[in-house]
Amino acid sequence: MKILVFVKQVPDTDDVKLDPKTGNIMREGVESKLNPLDANAIEAAVQLKEKYGATVCAISMGPPQAEDVLKKALALGCDEAYLLSDRAFGGADTLATAYALSMAARKIGDYDLLIFGRHAVDGDTAQTGPATAAFLDLPQITLACSMDVQDGYVICDRALEDCVQKVKVKMPAVVTVTAEINEPRYAKPINIMKALKKPRTVWTADDLGADKEQTGIKGSPSSTKEVLEPPKRNTNTKYFEGKPEEIAAQIADMLHEERLI
Amino acid sequence: MFKFTEEQEMIRSMVREFTANEVEPKDRWMDENGFCWELVPKLAEAGLLAIHMPEEYGGGGGDTVTSEIVINELAKGSASLALFLDANWLACDMILYHGTDEQKKEFIPQLADGKIFAFGLTESNAGSDAAAIKSVAEKQADGSYVLNGGKAWITNSGVADYYLIMAKTDPNAGNHGISVFIVPKDTEGLTIGKFEKKMGMRGSATCELSFDNIKIPANRRVGEEGKGFMIAMQALDGARVSIGSIASGLMQHAMSKAAKYAKERTTFGKPIAKYQGISFKFADMAAKIRATDLMIWDTCQMKDEGKRISVEAAELKLLASRWACETCDECIQVFGGNGYSAEYDVERFYRDAKLLEIGEGTSEILRMVISGSVLGR
Amino acid sequence: MAKEDYKGIWVFAEQQNGKLNNTVLEILAKAQELKAHTGEEITAVLLGKDVSSLVQTLFEYGADEVILAEDPALEQYSARPYQEALTQLAEKYKPSILLYGATSLGRDLAPRMMISLKTGLTADAIDLGFDKDDVFYQTTPAYGGSILAHIVILEKRPQMATVRPMMFDPMEPKTGAKGKLITEKVNVKPDPDVEVLETLPKEDTGDAIEGAAVIVSGGRGIKSEEDLAQLKKLADLLDGKLASSRPLVDIGWLPHEKQIGQSGTTVKPKYIINVGISGSVQYQVGMQNSGCIISINHTKGAPIFDISHYGAVADYKTVIPALIEEIEKRKAE
Repeated sequence: MKILVFVKQVPDTDDVKLDPKTGNIMREGVESKLNPLDANAIEAAVQLKEKYGATVCAISMGPPQAEDVLKKALALGCDEAYLLSDRAFGGADTLATAYALSMAARKIGDYDLLIFGRHAVDGDTAQTGPATAAFLDLPQITLACSMDVQDGYVICDRALEDCVQKVKVKMPAVVTVTAEINEPRYAKPINIMKALKKPRTVWTADDLGADKEQTGIKGSPSSTKEVLEPPKRNTNTKYFEGKPEEIAAQIADMLHEERLI
Repeated sequence: MFKFTEEQEMIRSMVREFTANEVEPKDRWMDENGFCWELVPKLAEAGLLAIHMPEEYGGGGGDTVTSEIVINELAKGSASLALFLDANWLACDMILYHGTDEQKKEFIPQLADGKIFAFGLTESNAGSDAAAIKSVAEKQADGSYVLNGGKAWITNSGVADYYLIMAKTDPNAGNHGISVFIVPKDTEGLTIGKFEKKMGMRGSATCELSFDNIKIPANRRVGEEGKGFMIAMQALDGARVSIGSIASGLMQHAMSKAAKYAKERTTFGKPIAKYQGISFKFADMAAKIRATDLMIWDTCQMKDEGKRISVEAAELKLLASRWACETCDECIQVFGGNGYSAEYDVERFYRDAKLLEIGEGTSEILRMVISGSVLGR
Repeated sequence: MAKEDYKGIWVFAEQQNGKLNNTVLEILAKAQELKAHTGEEITAVLLGKDVSSLVQTLFEYGADEVILAEDPALEQYSARPYQEALTQLAEKYKPSILLYGATSLGRDLAPRMMISLKTGLTADAIDLGFDKDDVFYQTTPAYGGSILAHIVILEKRPQMATVRPMMFDPMEPKTGAKGKLITEKVNVKPDPDVEVLETLPKEDTGDAIEGAAVIVSGGRGIKSEEDLAQLKKLADLLDGKLASSRPLVDIGWLPHEKQIGQSGTTVKPKYIINVGISGSVQYQVGMQNSGCIISINHTKGAPIFDISHYGAVADYKTVIPALIEEIEKRKAE
């Protein structure tokens, strides 16, 4: 079995600030990390490998520094690592990203399972997985909270709004996983040391045979026109003051007026 | 200039993540409840327990720098957990450096899997004057030993699976009459007292031990007969570096909590961090942490180069432990009245810090070591 | 074809088992504003089998036109047949805008449509509109909601977005409203590679925070599970539900279903009482549309107060028991 896991490097913060002058995102001093849900994707792949035997390939698209997340993927149990890195990939939206990832999947070939984290914490689109599936005309299981394979099928529970759905899909297939699917392991130091000795491949757009009209900014129909801080709603907050009992009485008065009690 | 390798950087960030997720949230719990068993399998699973032991014995194959990275990062979440690991290694290092191949094969993999080791030197009447211990292991005709006596203030006792006990095999030979033995916890004649009530470091267990005619097979002696004192002192050199790593981690932990508070807490209309009386405290703390760190990594590198580090480890521990006490003290001051309350953690750090000036060689003993190197004995 | 030749505002009328998703009605309401700007008609696209009874509902909630395509292969949602059917319709009619609910189904289907139609798709929009340059934009939170981005799709059509549930209120239905019904035949086959083995409804513990009218929510400031039990008691007194921000879920005091925020549930209760919550942006996006926001926090200047109607800078440990006592007293009277 060959499993491809797609991973992304994201800023290590959940409180991005904008430069008040330029309106751009301030990246200074912000470290990068592996997208948390991609750790779940890696763990899911490695668990299947441990159970049934598999080659797990980690793939990431990004600048040369994105190799860091691939090193981590190797330390967590992936066997091979591929970085798609080229100026021609820069500024990609989810369409152009999925195009490049699907080209990489084709180049690696013979895949049985493609696993994505449900979403990346930076863009938060949750679109790359299903879009890659569509490029490769593969069936998909999104929002998987459990996963197993059996006789050429992948079987998952999907956590939906009001139900849990058990689905069985013929491989090759794309699965996007949620945080509930597993508890990612820590990369053992000894595996970190070994991971750094494993080879990593870097591919450009030309290496993939990609049509450069479809990659990066050129291949991206959508663009960000403006970035804003969330509006601060000025509601003229009315403050209750006094001793605890007095505050409690004022809140109770208000709740009473609003007919809650 | 000292620089971590790429793998050391990766290991550091992995341990940092482990500490933030698993260790830091348990630190207060340990202060209130004692040793935290559930962390042991997690540490084993993460491959941290025997990181500096050779791979062939199930270890992680790391060097001293790597092992101190682990202690240092764990201490940023919990000084007592880091102390647990330090004590574990203090005991097991004696097997690593002086044990037979059979002993290494038998015990080091168990360390990696989560079995706990304790180092038993101190007795109620022999602390700093370690050569004055009274426990005796009397050699029998068949080559085995019979151990009598007792120990006090043994870190990890009560939770350990194996005790490495220093006892006199030749009561008339002073330093040269001491040997080291491995005593499993369920050995007949071994009595483990109740857990000590301590000022701090409550997440690491400490008890008294007593030995009543314990029979020890010859193959459970570690190193040559009579070399025990030297073996123990060498292991202590390494452990003193770990105390420096704990001090640095604890200072970092305290300082980051205090810095956050200083930026949030306002008085007279502005955050207290804006007052020089507060901000200068952080200048001192940061300088102490950096100096400590430089000493840690330098001493580790010397050890990895096979050099003797007795003096350097003593210097590191002497300064780092004092600075840890000072830093935690100042952090409480930053918090004001809140700092005196258990709610805000720093009072716990202060209590934890004090142990660092006592355990594994008091500051006074360290000064003897250091001054001896300057002035001659 | 020039982008100007694409006309019409389409809303994908998500239904399952003959029941329309409420988000469809919310988007139809928002679509009225877009229509007011461009003058283009609003079309609801309804796929399924035996779902024609929903057509009238769509008219009543603001659709000018409904395209109905029924086929046995569309009875249950499946990604590839739905992708195929909707692609055929979109290629035939060429709408300029195509909107989906950002539901699990919408977010399963829409990215595939992006590939079929080779156009842009904005994820999880919380607002839609036209900017000063008359360009259609979608507002979407990024970095966990700490910033908002205006996304535009300049050259390709249709301009697509998934729209977050609970962002807009459905219109008052116009009983008996009339519209144009177009019945279409699509050429689709069931997906032989996909089989739904079973669907288990989530256990209804009667505790869901989604749709609750009153919520009492605790955050990082809550010091113990006993204190949390006090909040539950307060919630019960007000016939409300207990919820929380992320930290209490992370330490395992409450299940994930109880979490409000970007990575949890978006709620819109009439009243929400926040206790010990500082108000991270991630939390705020999950509850900022609540009717009345009351917050108790010991830190003056906590961001939560910026979006609160009522605030108390106080220790919840003294205020909450006093409030419970006060409410019990008044109820007894």
